[in-house]
Amino acid sequence: MAKQRVKFTFPPHLVQEPIIWRLGKNFNVVTNIRRADVTEDRGWVILELEGDLEEIEKGVRWVEEQGVRVDPVPGDILEG
Amino acid sequence: MSFANTLRCRECGRHYPLEPMYVCEFCFGPLEVMYDYEGLRKHLSRRRIETGPLTIWRYRDLLPVDGEPVDIGAGFTPLLPAPRLGKALGLKRLYIKNDCVNPTWSFKDRVVSVAATKAREFSFRTLACASTGNLANSVAAHAARAGLEALVFIPADLEQGKIVGSAIYGPTLVAVQGSYDDVNRLCSELAERYPWAFVNINIRPYYAEGSKTLGYEVCEQLGWRIPDHCIVPVASGSLFTKIYKGMKELAWLGLVEWRRPRMSAAQALGCSPVVEAWERRSYDIRPQRPNTIAKSLAIGNPADGYYALRVINETGGYGVAVTDEEIIEGIKLLAETEGIFSETAGGVVVASLKRLATQGLISREETVVAFITGAGLKTQEAVVEALAAPVLIEPTIASFEEAMAQRQKALSTSRR
Repeated sequence: MAKQRVKFTFPPHLVQEPIIWRLGKNFNVVTNIRRADVTEDRGWVILELEGDLEEIEKGVRWVEEQGVRVDPVPGDILEG
Repeated sequence: MSFANTLRCRECGRHYPLEPMYVCEFCFGPLEVMYDYEGLRKHLSRRRIETGPLTIWRYRDLLPVDGEPVDIGAGFTPLLPAPRLGKALGLKRLYIKNDCVNPTWSFKDRVVSVAATKAREFSFRTLACASTGNLANSVAAHAARAGLEALVFIPADLEQGKIVGSAIYGPTLVAVQGSYDDVNRLCSELAERYPWAFVNINIRPYYAEGSKTLGYEVCEQLGWRIPDHCIVPVASGSLFTKIYKGMKELAWLGLVEWRRPRMSAAQALGCSPVVEAWERRSYDIRPQRPNTIAKSLAIGNPADGYYALRVINETGGYGVAVTDEEIIEGIKLLAETEGIFSETAGGVVVASLKRLATQGLISREETVVAFITGAGLKTQEAVVEALAAPVLIEPTIASFEEAMAQRQKALSTSRR
């Protein structure tokens, strides 16, 4: 079993969509929200994903295809 | 013995032991080093600092390390009065903090020196980072000095010239095929999987503390005084927040009198998530795809962006984003007035300073410090086309004098 800590940033048109619920339902991934800030027109959620690495990667790809930005929790680490 | 006593979550306030970890296990908030300030107050004095080495390690008591420093001579760089640049901008008390003169020619030596020391203390054998330039140079150099393996991840399309400054120290360079986002994601996953000291991931709380030394030095070099206004380049936002933290700590410890410096953030317009949020009067950072010549500031999703915004607002500072053309002009202006050749980040700072001065947002009497964080030889390609070509002559006096006369004529025409 693998774990990944990620940040989802939602564009306005996806704020009302149950993306995280679908991620857990459609893929064999446990989603565990730790911190979030969601308003009516924007939002981000920091969560842990747990499951087989392949299943997590498939799930994350699907989330990105929906239009959600997915970042690692440390932010951008590739520095100049 | 260090005066550092815990890591504390910047979001929920939970405390953790001083270990190689970077996020709160509870809320995944970032961790920051805390110190025994009461103990420090009794122990530390201006004199103790002044008799220390002429490097960042004169502030060792204020850094979270116990072991022998991995020291290649980072820090205690010149704080130069800049009267000619000041005159050009209408500022009477302008100073340049010239961090170009660090051992690998950028301020990253400050943070990496602390990170490498801590890595050795934690018994890591590998020092790692992902970088396109300055950070890679510094990690490779400090690993060499410390006798650690260096592992440096770079994007596969990085120009050859950018690789030399790291490759010379003998690290393992890994070129990753993919976008910047791909490199970020891969490295954060690798850092979870392998027992490496990844300087800005699992060592980040310690690494970031190295930037405080810029704040300490400026105050000490001003005669133990906090300046009125600091103009700082912002990438992840860590440097910006730590300079401010350094100045606050000196005041808490009674080493300087507290006066709030205005902290202004300088970014390139092509990657300005912090300034963009500041202009919207929001704390919500919207990640951007970088598109600027200021590669050393090209962080589209800054880890400390939110905290940088808090510092700007708390201090009454400004956010300024400048174009690539302004950056080149800024590099040239600094070089032509003060004899300092900075990389693009320095051009961002000078251009931002010019903008603030032109708009009357800095008063003529303020003590202003512009932080120039890296040397220009690293980013020559940014300015090469904006420079005058050499005057070509025959090896005769007549040819020389004719060429000079023509040049003089051209100059007087362009000034008219």
